[in-house]
Amino acid sequence: MELIAILDILDSTVRSATPLLLACLAGLFSERAGIFDIGLEGKMLAAAFGAAAIAAITGSVWIGLFAGIGASLMLSAIHGLASITFRGNQLISGVAINFFAAGMTVVIAQSLFGQGGRTPQLSGDGRFGPITLPFAETLRDVPILGPIYYELISGHTILIYFALLCVPLTWWVLSSTRFGLRLRAVGENPSAVDTAGVSVVGLRFAAVAICGVLCGIAGAQLATAEPAAGFVKDMTAGRGFIALAALIFAKWRPWYALLSCLLFGLLQAIAIRPDQIEAVFGFQVQAQLLDALPYILTVIILAGFVGKAIPPRAGGEPYVKER
Amino acid sequence: MKKMPKWADVVLIPLISLLLAAFFSGLVIWAIGENPIEALQIMIKGATGSTYAWGYTLYYATNFIFTGLAVSVAFHARLFNIGGEGQAMLGGLGVALACLFIPWPHWGLALVGASIGGALFGVAWAIVPAFLQAKRGSHIVITTIMFNFMAAALLNYLLIGLLKPKGSMDVATAKFPEATHLPNIHEILGVVGIPFSKATPANISLLIGMAACVALWALIWHTRLGYEIRSFGRSEPAAKYAGINRTKIIIVAMMISGGLAGMMAVNNVMGEAERLVLNAVEGAGFIGIAVALMGRSHPFGVFLAAILFGFLYQGGAELAFATSIPREMIVVIQSLVILFTGAFDNMVRAPVEKLFMKFQRPSQSALVE
Repeated sequence: MELIAILDILDSTVRSATPLLLACLAGLFSERAGIFDIGLEGKMLAAAFGAAAIAAITGSVWIGLFAGIGASLMLSAIHGLASITFRGNQLISGVAINFFAAGMTVVIAQSLFGQGGRTPQLSGDGRFGPITLPFAETLRDVPILGPIYYELISGHTILIYFALLCVPLTWWVLSSTRFGLRLRAVGENPSAVDTAGVSVVGLRFAAVAICGVLCGIAGAQLATAEPAAGFVKDMTAGRGFIALAALIFAKWRPWYALLSCLLFGLLQAIAIRPDQIEAVFGFQVQAQLLDALPYILTVIILAGFVGKAIPPRAGGEPYVKER
Repeated sequence: MKKMPKWADVVLIPLISLLLAAFFSGLVIWAIGENPIEALQIMIKGATGSTYAWGYTLYYATNFIFTGLAVSVAFHARLFNIGGEGQAMLGGLGVALACLFIPWPHWGLALVGASIGGALFGVAWAIVPAFLQAKRGSHIVITTIMFNFMAAALLNYLLIGLLKPKGSMDVATAKFPEATHLPNIHEILGVVGIPFSKATPANISLLIGMAACVALWALIWHTRLGYEIRSFGRSEPAAKYAGINRTKIIIVAMMISGGLAGMMAVNNVMGEAERLVLNAVEGAGFIGIAVALMGRSHPFGVFLAAILFGFLYQGGAELAFATSIPREMIVVIQSLVILFTGAFDNMVRAPVEKLFMKFQRPSQSALVE
């Protein structure tokens, strides 16, 4: 009984952590290339709506996923245009994108479906179902390991496995590929990259596009993967900012991003089920404190009292070619 | 390189940005199958057609004056305070505590006390990010965002628990005592015999907001501190060379900013709701960003931009009432204004500058000859 309860919390931890992780890695690509992105929230929201709306219309969650990615990419393009091409303020652009998504999703949802800013309930092929990994059923009765495999590791949607796969992938791309090296260089010292004859603008747009794709998947996970069944107004509920916090908490590194997202996911999972915590640990937790904890932890990290978080050096600064 | 005339920078560029935002908003309205012209007419009538409409427009505008000024002060020191929302929430708490727990004999005294309470709480919420920026180099944008969420959690906690009166089902404090009731515009104009709708929440805080505009203008352009803030914002190394204390400027600018955001609560908490409810700020802190950008961080510009956004808010509410366009359309318009006046500033500016260059050159060369 104890084990099952703990596994249940860990299970919902993984589920809550997934959109955070995808958005966090999205932010990682963008910020390591020197483009601050506080518009993660908006992109996720737009993608959540795009995915749910198109999945509801076509009945196919895969087409929905691509629509979600498309919606997120469009906002990425605006952000890229504003902050790379026109050298505008990246933070202001991010703020604008968040509001744009918050407003547009409801306006379009109301015009398409007329249900007060939500999409119709998704079911069947309209959403991602859980995948049972091989032997999960047969191994279920093996003590301890069986339930862990069955409850925790197996039975998630494909997007969750994809998100977890993205961590080593991101790490590999950033640390071991030519593209990754250049991407990091463009975030630290763009003029050096420019001198080497590599396009700063091109690299930054590539980073912003990757960010858009990942945010798109994060949004799709939020709205179309079980147990979610559609889009509701403001459904990201600050997750984009928690992802941003997780990114700083992880000091812009992929493996740490996984850990910090799991930590923040755990906090969310506990906040949803305070009764379980009481059952397992025997004490009550303050729900509002749990809500605030990711932000408090991030401020402490930012303050540099527990290891300093140093952002990419050229972050937030538009690159001007010297003449 | 010759610069374009000042009026172009102050009037023409914001106007072009605004027209772009309006154009795209119209496009959105058209795309969802409504008539943009008709929508504009409904908004104009709904926001300016009667004293009732004006009352709401001015009430919203008062909120935006405070948050707009708050963002502007920080902008002058090249600090981006996204925390107006949280600071205004905390300001609400300060105002509520002042109104609930001090037995004020007269609204005038209550107004002073509540303003101080609101401002102090707003300052308290701004000073930590300011200190962390000045002393620890933590990016103020990120910390103020984090403080917004912390403020929401704190208010949630207090309004569900400690501050909720016994037996009440609402997530709100008790009603403020009668003595803290602020005179509304109807009562003020009634003194000089001008009729005004009774049913609107516009109140005396509008005058405080206008006074704050004047005070801030004087502070920024006619005091030593204002000069220091502006120099610091223009060039940090130059300010340092001139002996301006970096820590002091960051902290003081953010304190003024937080205090102004906190004072917004006098309007919405004390003047309108007369109790503290959950989410009393309703995004006004974020609209302050749009207002400050639109108003070019100048108090008079902020005042005009705040009226414009008050118009958008009241007009948008009427629009949602009269058509199938949801209220969120205001958020879209707001985002487009931020986008075009803020992020795409260079896109608008460059062609205008080029145009001025083109027309200036012949006359200048003629002068040289």
